[in-house]
Amino acid sequence: MPPLIRCAILLLLIIVLEDIGVQQEQNNQYTLNKNLAQMLKGGVIMDVTTAEQAKIAEKAGACAVMALERIPADIRAAGGVSRMSDPKMIKMIQATVTIPVMAKCRIGHIAEAQILEAIEIDYIDESEVLSPADDIYHVDKTQFRVPFVCGAQDLGEALRRIAEGAAMIRTKGEPGTGDIIQAVRHMRKIMSQIRGLTSKSPDELAEAAKQLAAPYELVKQTAETGRLPVVNFAAGGVATPADAALMMQLGAEGVFVGSGIFKSGDPAKRAAAIVKAVTNYDDPKMLAELSEDLGDAMVGINEDEIELLMAERGI
Amino acid sequence: MKLGVLALQGAFVEHINILKELDVEPVEIRRLSHFSDDLDGLIFPGGESTAISKLLNESGLLAPIKDAVLGGMPAFGTCAGMILLSGQVEGLGTGTIPVLDVLVRRNGYGRQLGSFSTVAHFEGVGDVPMVFIRAPYILEIHGSVEILTEIDGKIVAVRQNSILATAFHPELTENADIHKFFIEMIASQ
Repeated sequence: MPPLIRCAILLLLIIVLEDIGVQQEQNNQYTLNKNLAQMLKGGVIMDVTTAEQAKIAEKAGACAVMALERIPADIRAAGGVSRMSDPKMIKMIQATVTIPVMAKCRIGHIAEAQILEAIEIDYIDESEVLSPADDIYHVDKTQFRVPFVCGAQDLGEALRRIAEGAAMIRTKGEPGTGDIIQAVRHMRKIMSQIRGLTSKSPDELAEAAKQLAAPYELVKQTAETGRLPVVNFAAGGVATPADAALMMQLGAEGVFVGSGIFKSGDPAKRAAAIVKAVTNYDDPKMLAELSEDLGDAMVGINEDEIELLMAERGI
Repeated sequence: MKLGVLALQGAFVEHINILKELDVEPVEIRRLSHFSDDLDGLIFPGGESTAISKLLNESGLLAPIKDAVLGGMPAFGTCAGMILLSGQVEGLGTGTIPVLDVLVRRNGYGRQLGSFSTVAHFEGVGDVPMVFIRAPYILEIHGSVEILTEIDGKIVAVRQNSILATAFHPELTENADIHKFFIEMIASQ
C-alpha cells in the first residue's frame, strides 16, 4: 500500500476512535447525571433567594436547593422579563450549603446554561418559570456536562426533553400559585400514559411514538420498564405537607417546593414538615401531626384567576 | 436472611432491588414500627446525608438503630451512608452513628462535575465498577479499620468488624459483588 494511503487510513481511524471516545465520555456523564437525580429521590428541593434561606432549607432537611433571585410568586406578581439569577448570588448559596445547588436558565438560552455550567452548578433547571428565550428550540442538553431538569405536562413532552438530554423530569404544575391542580393533572397524565404504553404491542408502540411526538426508542424503553427513563419529581403549586404527600401517592419520586415555603408564615417549620411528609406520604396519622399548627400557608391564586399560564411555555 | 434498608430519603429502592435478586428479604425502614432487632443487618443508602440524618433523628429511629449498630448489628453504608457511619465528619465533628474509626470528608471530589465512574480493585472481591456521585472519601483511619479500596491515594472503601462502607454506589451498577461481600460478612460471623 502506498504510504500516502496508509497515512490517510490511519488518520481516518484516529478520527473515528476519537469520536467514539467523545461519545462514550458523553454517555458516561449522562449516566452520572441521571445517578445524581436518583440520590435526590424521596427528597424535597426548595427555592431559595438568599444564603440565609438556603441554610434554613438545608437545616429543614432539603435534599437540594434551587437558587433564584425571585421566587415564582414574586415573578408572577412583578411581571416583566424574568432571567437567570446573578451568578454572584448563586455562588454565595453554593458557599453556604453542602447539599446540591440548582439554578434556572431560560428555555432555549444556551448562553445562560453555559454560564451556570461555568460556575459548576449541580443541576440546571431549563425552566418555564423564567421568560422563554426561544419559542421553538430547547437547549441541546447533550452538549453539556452538567445535568438538566426540565418540566413536562405529559409523557410526550417528558420524552422529548429526555431526547434533548434532560437527566431528570418534573411536572410543570403552575408555579407561584400555591394551587396543586395543574401538578396533579400533569402527574396523572404522565403516569396514565405510561400505564397505557405497558400493554401495547411493538407495532402499536410505533404508532404511540408518533402520537406522543417522541423518539421510538424512548417510548419502547418506557413501555418495557413501566417508568420514565429518568427520575420524575412533582413541581408547581405545592404549598402544604398534604400537597407533597398527594404528589408522592400519584407517583412522584420527590417534590420541588417553590413559593410554598418562603411565602408562608413559618418557613422553617413548614419546610421541615414537607420534608417529613415526603418520607411518610403513606402514613395519614403522621401527615395529620405534620399538618398541625404550621401558621399561614401562602395565599395562593386559583388557576382561573391567573392571566399567565407558565406551563404552556416551551412544550 | 433479612436485611433492613433505611428508606428515609435517597436511592434505597436500588439496594432493595439488588437484595431481591440475591434472594435476601429486604425490609424498608421508614419509621419506628418498621425496625426490629431481629434483622440480620442494615443498609444505609446514598442520598443527602444532612437530610437522612435529620429524618433519622426526628423519626425516633436514631436511638434504636444506633444502639443496634454500636451493639454489633452488621451495617453497610454507601456514600451518604458511609458518612452516617463515620466516627468523625470533617467540619461537623462526631458522626450520626459513630461506629467506624475514620475521619470522612463530605463532597470530597467537589460538585457534580467532579462525579465519575471507574473500575478498581476491591480487596477480597477483585475489580468492580464503582460510581462516585458527589462522593465523600476517608481522610484518616484508626484502630482496626481495614482499607478495601484506595483510588489515587484516597480511601474509598473500608471494613471494621461487621461494618462495611463505600464512598461509591454499588447499587447503581449491574454488579452485585459488594452486596454479596456484605452478605458473606454477615454469614461468616
